[in-house]
Amino acid sequence: MLEIRDLRVSVAGKEILKGLSLTVRPGEVHAIMGPNGSGKSTLSHVLAGRDGYEVTGGTATWHGRDLLALPPEERAWAGVFLGFQYPVEIPGVSNVYLLRAALNAKRRHAGLPEIDAIGFLKLVREKAKLMQMDESFLNRGVNEGFSGGEKKRNEIFQLAVLEPTLALLDETDSGLDIDALKVVASGVNSLRSPERAFVLVTHYQRLLGYIEPDFVHVLAGGRIVRTGDKSLATELEASGYDALRAPAA
Amino acid sequence: MSAPQTDIEQLVGQRYRHGFVTEIESDTVPPGLSEDVIRFISAKKGEPEWLLEWRLKAYRHWLTMREPNWAKLGYPPIDYQGISYYSAPKQPSGPKSLDEVDPKLLETYAKLGIPLHERARLAGVAVDAVFDSVSVTTTFKDKLAEAGVIFCSFAEAAREHPELVRKYLGSVVPARDNFFAALNSAVFTDGSFVYIPEGVRCPMELSTYFRINQAKTGQFERTLIIAEAGSHVSYLEGCTAPQRDENQLHAAVVELVALRNAEIKYSTVQNWYPGDEEGRGGIYNFVTKRGDCREANAKISWTQVEAGSAITWKYPSCILRGDNSVGEFYSVAVTNNRQQADTGTKMIHIGRNTKSTIVSKGISAGRAQQAYRGLVKVFPTAENARNYTQCDSLLLGATCGAHTFPYMEVKNPSAIVEHEATTSRISDDQLFYCRQRGLKAEDAVNLIVNGFCKQVFRELPMEFAVEAQNLLNVSLEGAVG
Ligand SMILES: Nc1ncnc2c1ncn2[C@@H]1O[C@H](COP(=O)(O)OP(=O)(O)OP(=O)(O)O)[C@@H](O)[C@H]1O
Ligand SMILES: [Mg+2]
Repeated sequence: MLEIRDLRVSVAGKEILKGLSLTVRPGEVHAIMGPNGSGKSTLSHVLAGRDGYEVTGGTATWHGRDLLALPPEERAWAGVFLGFQYPVEIPGVSNVYLLRAALNAKRRHAGLPEIDAIGFLKLVREKAKLMQMDESFLNRGVNEGFSGGEKKRNEIFQLAVLEPTLALLDETDSGLDIDALKVVASGVNSLRSPERAFVLVTHYQRLLGYIEPDFVHVLAGGRIVRTGDKSLATELEASGYDALRAPAA
Repeated sequence: MSAPQTDIEQLVGQRYRHGFVTEIESDTVPPGLSEDVIRFISAKKGEPEWLLEWRLKAYRHWLTMREPNWAKLGYPPIDYQGISYYSAPKQPSGPKSLDEVDPKLLETYAKLGIPLHERARLAGVAVDAVFDSVSVTTTFKDKLAEAGVIFCSFAEAAREHPELVRKYLGSVVPARDNFFAALNSAVFTDGSFVYIPEGVRCPMELSTYFRINQAKTGQFERTLIIAEAGSHVSYLEGCTAPQRDENQLHAAVVELVALRNAEIKYSTVQNWYPGDEEGRGGIYNFVTKRGDCREANAKISWTQVEAGSAITWKYPSCILRGDNSVGEFYSVAVTNNRQQADTGTKMIHIGRNTKSTIVSKGISAGRAQQAYRGLVKVFPTAENARNYTQCDSLLLGATCGAHTFPYMEVKNPSAIVEHEATTSRISDDQLFYCRQRGLKAEDAVNLIVNGFCKQVFRELPMEFAVEAQNLLNVSLEGAVG
């Protein structure tokens, strides 16, 4: 279970998250919506352990472990995966090379033997097929020269290979065309399981038409200001965030 | 973002693994350079008279020369009278078999991962082991002789094959070529000699391991490789030295001659002691390497992984004289802490349809400074010459520097010369991305660096590609912050 209590985070001396609380149980899908600059990416970055954020208060635990105390790779080993809003390019390092190193790092940590080349190839081929990704992407440099949509699809492909238990997907739907959106959504749906939790950051109700969330939250003014079911997303699409801002201030 | 460089900077501390000293009795001449010292060296080697004369001429010319200062390097003046020009481990002169070689020397090479003993040797690789000023042993000589291949120390070649040495010595790098080449020509002590007869494909990889051991000595070796028409050879050199606070000078000359349809592949894994974090100690590496594609369809390919040395001054070059000849230069240079490197290549197109490829990958970390310096020269005679140059720099952290000096002189309008250059930095975002996927920071840096160098590592003989990759990882190793 992901439990965030009263989390306060500053960036460059400015407080962005001002006492945010959220509970996500295994098997659940939560959607987080909210205006630009409200702190959605900040939240996912802090949970994944990116540098440059100062946690000034509160806690975040995953299955009882203090996430905030761990270096990023140990959070990954504990099952945390971040689908980046802006995936970075790593020229020269092939997609599969990174993935194999990542998968084996996780396996070593779990006391499992490393996956061999043949087993790995089989796995990535199967997952590439699931994501309807051309196999040529496997051997290209990580995100190197990928289009915006291809990068996002690649994030979900990595998710499928690494099989984390807590997936934080930051605007994975932004930049996807309608067909890609369906592929990504069905990829995510096929990965839904009783052990796995998803936190989807999105601006659009459309994604939630394909991936049905258990909860929808609105993040504004550094806190969760409203929580509802999927109908909340529809309501926001119609009325915008303005109506919510006043009480939160 | 807060201190974006810290992670990377802490990652690149350096540990040198070959810094031990072998305690062995040596014959070492007192520091100083004079005609007498040169006569002494020549006599020690039992050289013919003409070779002594050749040395003395080089020396007299060297006295009139000035140390070059055009490279982007900074170091205190070198005291050429403060160096000992000859040091050799005491052992029965020219041991005939390995059993006669001092076990301490065998142990030294074993510790360096270069087993010289028959049973433990890298299968299929013949080794010449040069320790300070002399060759200790050369393996697989008999097997090579069956194919007609001569592989021996330079001193032995001067005695046993004087006609070959006399014909080719200085024919690619003349004694007066430059300050350091002239110095080498005067005082060179040992090195390797390779001769591949016409039409022979050398049955195994040849390699030389250079080791500087004695304090206050310089190493001045000379390598000469001759590939007769239609022959083929792949040669690799490796170098290491103990960890010392003083700087030591290494000024080598390598000459390659490839005749019609011959191919020479020359690979270097250079790991001289680089000095400590503050720049104390380390080898000054001033090397002249040049290959001559003397006849048509010859090919010379340089591949280098330069990880060590406090200072590197080195431009392995190709003279593309024969029509359709091909020159290649693939280089990875790593500089960390206070290391400085000014390295690159020269491709001299003289013949028609000559082709050259340059791929240079520079990695800098700490406060290191690195320069790529390359010359592509196309003579009026070089109809349809082609050159492709790619020059990439990767910076780790904010306190290092990379500089590129590509020179081009094109005197034939049919030539096509292309140059591409990039500079990139390992960003914290890349590092975080990898760590988020489960890689440790160190592994992430290695992954990115190895990806960056892949194009060059591919060119190394298989056995050494792994070695080179490990060397790079060690060079950039450190604590994770
Ligand atoms: N390095 C930084 N320096 C200064 N301000 C920053 C920095 N990083 C983030 N911020 C600020 O923090 C706030 C929250 O940013 P964040 O990226 O979390 O928003 P978001 O909710 O993800 O927005 P979007 O919907 O546009 O993706 C913004 O006002 C942003 O400008
Ligand atoms: Mg965002």
